[in-house]
Amino acid sequence: MVLSLSKDTIQVVKEQDAVFLKNRVKETATKIKMGLVNQTRLITAASELVRNMLRYANGGRCDIEVVSSGRNNGVRLTFTDKGPGIPDISQAMKDGFSTGKSLGLGLPGTRRLVNEFDIKSKIGEGTTVMVIKWANG
Amino acid sequence: MSLKINKLLQKKKKNILELWMKNQLADEGLREDLISNEELRSQSEELIDALVSNLGEDNFENVDSDLWSPVIEILGGIAITRARQGFTPRETGNFVFSLKEALLEILQQETKDDAAALFAQSLRISRVMDSLSVVTFETFIKGREEVILRQTDEITEISTPVIRVWDGILALPIIGTLDSARTQVVMESLLQEIVETGSSIAILDISGVPAVDSLVAQHLIKTVSATRLMGAECIISGIRPEIAQTVVHLGIDLSTIITKASLASALAYAFKAMRLEVKKIPAGQR
Repeated sequence: MVLSLSKDTIQVVKEQDAVFLKNRVKETATKIKMGLVNQTRLITAASELVRNMLRYANGGRCDIEVVSSGRNNGVRLTFTDKGPGIPDISQAMKDGFSTGKSLGLGLPGTRRLVNEFDIKSKIGEGTTVMVIKWANG
Repeated sequence: MSLKINKLLQKKKKNILELWMKNQLADEGLREDLISNEELRSQSEELIDALVSNLGEDNFENVDSDLWSPVIEILGGIAITRARQGFTPRETGNFVFSLKEALLEILQQETKDDAAALFAQSLRISRVMDSLSVVTFETFIKGREEVILRQTDEITEISTPVIRVWDGILALPIIGTLDSARTQVVMESLLQEIVETGSSIAILDISGVPAVDSLVAQHLIKTVSATRLMGAECIISGIRPEIAQTVVHLGIDLSTIITKASLASALAYAFKAMRLEVKKIPAGQR
């Protein structure tokens, strides 16, 4: 059972918003006393996801939540966009696959950086990616 | 319509100016520290002159027409100067709003009994003055944005210095997030400097980069390959422990690149590669 304790929504439309978002994520992670390594992992994951959103969907929305499950505290990020959607998610989750000219590590790498990862996508409607990083996970 | 607005403006120019000045001076938000009364008066006079001399009855409401452009130009000039001088938007907006009030007051004096005419004409004046205030705000914001853009350029420029730490060794400390635009600047200045100094080793220090994600890594790899093409070796230093762990988790392969934890160890590596030695001289020897 994951409980949401606080919620913060940030609209992302241009590249500068990504810096603001990363700072917000860092603030939230510091607040729940997440360690430096986990913080960096979470920020890197946020950076990957926000970049995907800007690149393929021209921006979207990110909810930053402090969540709690039992004794564990953590940060949940939910990225929602109204972009073209991902036709084949299992292919997109493979290392080295990219429709752009990138390294193709964004999505699979992000999954390795966080504790919980969930992606939903509908062609023509958009994509939602949810990640959770526990403070001591 | 019996009353002509442009005729009224011409006839009452002096009164309007006086009333407008009175309004502006009575405003509590008047910034005497930023603008002198004389300057304010000359700005106001200039604008009214332009209004009166350029407007005919038929083009009064059509703010897009060419006849309006001198007025808009003057207004834009005033708004931009105010943006640079540090006025708030409210103070800048009041400049136009107080003119509107002055105009309406004069209009009221002229059409004492004719309520229908007063209403019709005030509507026209309102419409025109509103679009003028929109112009003022647009220019004001543009003025502010220019300031921000200039600062952005300056930051990009100062944040990518190429330092010659030794004969043949260049160091480039990177502070902040590496996006495509900055990578371009970094790569350009680095490659240029390699040619100019004939250096054979370049050290990219990323201690100041908060997070290395796949795109930043890709940019780094590109920079290193470009440096190698120029015949120089590139070392990446300043990899913090948490960055190292993140890069491994992301699955980025940096094994083809020489990486060091600190700038000092990168420099030591460079010395070794250039067959240089730093020695401590024993005491008593010179």
